[in-house]
Amino acid sequence: MLQSKFSHSLTLFQKIKNYDFVLLMSIFILGVISIFTMYSTDGGEILFHTKSHFIKFVIFFPMMIILSFINIKYWHAGGYLFYLIILGLLVWVSLYGVKASGSRRWIDLYFLNLQPSELMKIAVILCLAKFFHRIRTSNTNAFSSILISLTIIIVPTILVITQPDLGTSILISFSGLIILWFSGLKIKYFVYSFLIFITSLPFVISFLKPYQKLRILTFFDPEKDPLGSGYQIIQSKIAVGSGGLTGKGFLKGTQSYLDFLPEKHTDFIFTLFSEEFGFIGSMVLLILYTIIIYRIIHTGLISRSFFSRLFCFGFSFAIFLYVATNMSMVLGLLPIVGSPLPVMSYGGSSLLATMIGFSIVLSASIDHNQNIS
Amino acid sequence: MFDVSDNVQKINLINRRLFLITAAKILVFIGITSRLFSLQVKQNNKYLTLSDKNRIREWKLHPVRGEFKDYFGNVIAGNNEVYQLHVIPEQVEDFRYIALRLKNILNLSEKEFQKILKRKREIKSWETIVVSDNLSWEQFSKVNNYLHDLVGVKTVLSISRIYPFKENYTHVLGYVSQANEKDIMNNENIKEKFVPGIRVGKTGLEKTFENTLLGENDIQRFEVNAYGRKISQLEYQRGEKGKTLRLTIDTEVQKLANELLKDQAGSICVMDIYTGHVIAMHSSPSFDPNLFVFGISKDDWQLIRNDPMKPLVNKTLQGNYSPGSTIKPIVALSALENGIINTKFTVNCRGHKHPLELYGQTYHCWKKEGHGFMNLRNAMKQSCDIYFYEIARKLGVDKLSETAKKFGLGKEVFGDLFSIEKKGLIPNTQWKKNALGQGWLLGETIITGIGQGYIQTTPIQLCLMTAHIANGGHRIYPKIVVDDENNADPIDKFIPLYSDPKNIKIVQDAMFASTNEVRGTSYKSRIDNKKYQFAGKTGTAQVKKITEKDRELDLKTFEIPYEERDHALYIAYGPYKNPRYATSIIIEHGGSGSSTAAPMAKKIFKLVIDRHNLRQSINEKKYLDV
Repeated sequence: MLQSKFSHSLTLFQKIKNYDFVLLMSIFILGVISIFTMYSTDGGEILFHTKSHFIKFVIFFPMMIILSFINIKYWHAGGYLFYLIILGLLVWVSLYGVKASGSRRWIDLYFLNLQPSELMKIAVILCLAKFFHRIRTSNTNAFSSILISLTIIIVPTILVITQPDLGTSILISFSGLIILWFSGLKIKYFVYSFLIFITSLPFVISFLKPYQKLRILTFFDPEKDPLGSGYQIIQSKIAVGSGGLTGKGFLKGTQSYLDFLPEKHTDFIFTLFSEEFGFIGSMVLLILYTIIIYRIIHTGLISRSFFSRLFCFGFSFAIFLYVATNMSMVLGLLPIVGSPLPVMSYGGSSLLATMIGFSIVLSASIDHNQNIS
Repeated sequence: MFDVSDNVQKINLINRRLFLITAAKILVFIGITSRLFSLQVKQNNKYLTLSDKNRIREWKLHPVRGEFKDYFGNVIAGNNEVYQLHVIPEQVEDFRYIALRLKNILNLSEKEFQKILKRKREIKSWETIVVSDNLSWEQFSKVNNYLHDLVGVKTVLSISRIYPFKENYTHVLGYVSQANEKDIMNNENIKEKFVPGIRVGKTGLEKTFENTLLGENDIQRFEVNAYGRKISQLEYQRGEKGKTLRLTIDTEVQKLANELLKDQAGSICVMDIYTGHVIAMHSSPSFDPNLFVFGISKDDWQLIRNDPMKPLVNKTLQGNYSPGSTIKPIVALSALENGIINTKFTVNCRGHKHPLELYGQTYHCWKKEGHGFMNLRNAMKQSCDIYFYEIARKLGVDKLSETAKKFGLGKEVFGDLFSIEKKGLIPNTQWKKNALGQGWLLGETIITGIGQGYIQTTPIQLCLMTAHIANGGHRIYPKIVVDDENNADPIDKFIPLYSDPKNIKIVQDAMFASTNEVRGTSYKSRIDNKKYQFAGKTGTAQVKKITEKDRELDLKTFEIPYEERDHALYIAYGPYKNPRYATSIIIEHGGSGSSTAAPMAKKIFKLVIDRHNLRQSINEKKYLDV
């Protein structure tokens, strides 16, 4: 009994028994919804975005299942390496990356334009989870560990900011910081840094690019320039608001169908979904995300190893953060920052990163009884 | 290596912090939910409206203008189907090539060609360019021949104004033309219904009844995308054609008036003396109003504008003329009414050698030899000026002006109906003091007695005056639009204009004599048949003062330069036994009233009286329908 509990190798049957099917099904349903929504953004035809998203999901979903059978200890072992590879890619991107609409974010991989910054969202969690796995509680607040962990966060953040991609860099740094929070960094440090952040905000703003400043101003008063910078958010709110309780119906969202919605494939996909399926549909989607987040936390809670626990909690927060940021943004609760909705938004790198994250969580749930030395 | 207590401590810590974070997450999700609820459920209507406003665009189409019909229901201003040529740049492969082809096919000028190219640059590629809004039949068939290789070009059926009787009705109806900024600014209704290229009334009844005629736009509702491209038609809301107006005018009489005045400047109007219906109202020369519908060409416009006979002036309403001797019935009536004279009152007219002298001024009769002893009847019949100088002197200008005003002179006959209508001028002592700051001179009274001097009347006023005399002195309100609800007769209709009906009879009898008895000024133009017999009064209005030298020369009309010739006037009513119609005729620089104007009356009464029964039957039919 005890033997089996601590055994490092489970039989296939045991592995399947431990498998988190609720999470798996939720991800699958979300994927199906996303393909149908993508079909709607293409105006009810199977065009480029639908095809491409479908293919990516069809590849990445099985890949996630396969990867989830990799023992969690290998994820732990490869944590630093993964981080360093992605960091290397980020450096490579900043030098030789594909430039599009003013920023250098992508590596051309023929079948996929890889965006390493999206992968970094996972890598930073993985790396820090490994880092804090070994550190004793008493050492968490030691100067050296804080310094190292902050370096792990700041280096990629700066690389991503210079692409420039403010939205992703914020998400990377928050994903990293949350690991610091879980690992026991004193609350007062968070309070202090928050206060410092607030007081330095005016200076930070003065360093922002004009278009970024405009976005912040637009957030406070979108009606000021309804056809210019305020257009996206106004049209997005109109789309969501006109959806009503039950929505306009699948493929009947006039705002998106008639091209009033900008970026409807990517950041604003929730708007389209919400227009067509209304408040009830939006709630279903939100509940689906809540289930996914809950299942990830659940996996963390049952995990024996501190690494799994840290990763799951961190990743669940990251998912929450993406969802909350994206929805708040399209509902006019936050300024417009580029942040995709996990799984739903069009974008291979984001989907790949999310799927890798899920596979680590699934792997942790299979091997939840396994400790990592 | 395995430190249990530290692990437990670690796990406790992480769980505690997880709890905090989870609480925060729940709060954020509740926040998002409530935001969704507020947008989608509470403010749903607001955003639904905004969304519809986004996607639904209205296109107003040309409203169909109401028609004008004459008294017998003939269309005198109608709607005609015309072919327009449209090009949609988006459907054209090589726009310049197509434009060049069209230039050749339609014979467009270089300027028009450049205009098309310019228009193309201004609009979105899926919008329509109207290359021509009125293809001639020749152009239309030519374009249709080449249509197979003119992709993106199409001929479209449209509706435009047409005036089938051309110049006959120009001064009554006016004309329509493309609305300009001023039209839009001055009329809310036009502003509301405006579509590019809309035609609105510029003058005449077309302008007066703009709001009645305009009609309601057809409205097309389209779903459009964010770039304004039409995606699908959602609704087609039929507008309403403007109201059709029926006039009191008889086209046949109107045509006759036009024919009679051909190549001459002047005016003819005919009026029903009981109903006030205007049977004909024509000002000559006229012009073809159809020229204005699609924008008049520069040459045509110069031709009309520079014509010395002034076709643009509606002489019937705008022409201020000295009435000349046609005022004499009113002078006589006024003198009778005021008891200044009776029928036996006699004045001796002794010819040019013995003119009337007053304060050193001399006043001549038109007849060199003089008329001899004249009573009222004879004086009117032969239009003796000396007699009327005398009674005007005795009457005084103030009493004369009172009678003249009562009978319809000195104010607009149609009220507000025509904005251009002139008031004329019936002078009195008070007027001169106010307007010129001078005292009235007796000499001015004397010449007013023969319709010269300050006194000015419009042809329509003279017609109304004649009608008032003819109907026995009952006030009528001239009408040109049947059933114009804005123009109901006021209640003073039945108050007589006279104090003694006998006086009117005397004047009527004198006018009868003038036309139907030997030595009457219009004796030559009489009709002996009782059915058509009419009574009238000639007039010859001097354009310039007659000098002693002129009197000696005694030139014939054709020997005098055109601008210095007298205006010829004639007023008449008939049939005499049972009067029904009144007319006034004026021919600018036509010489004497008896030689040019009176013969026209003969033809007019013949036609008008012949058509009387037909006219009556239309009225009866109307009642039968009820």
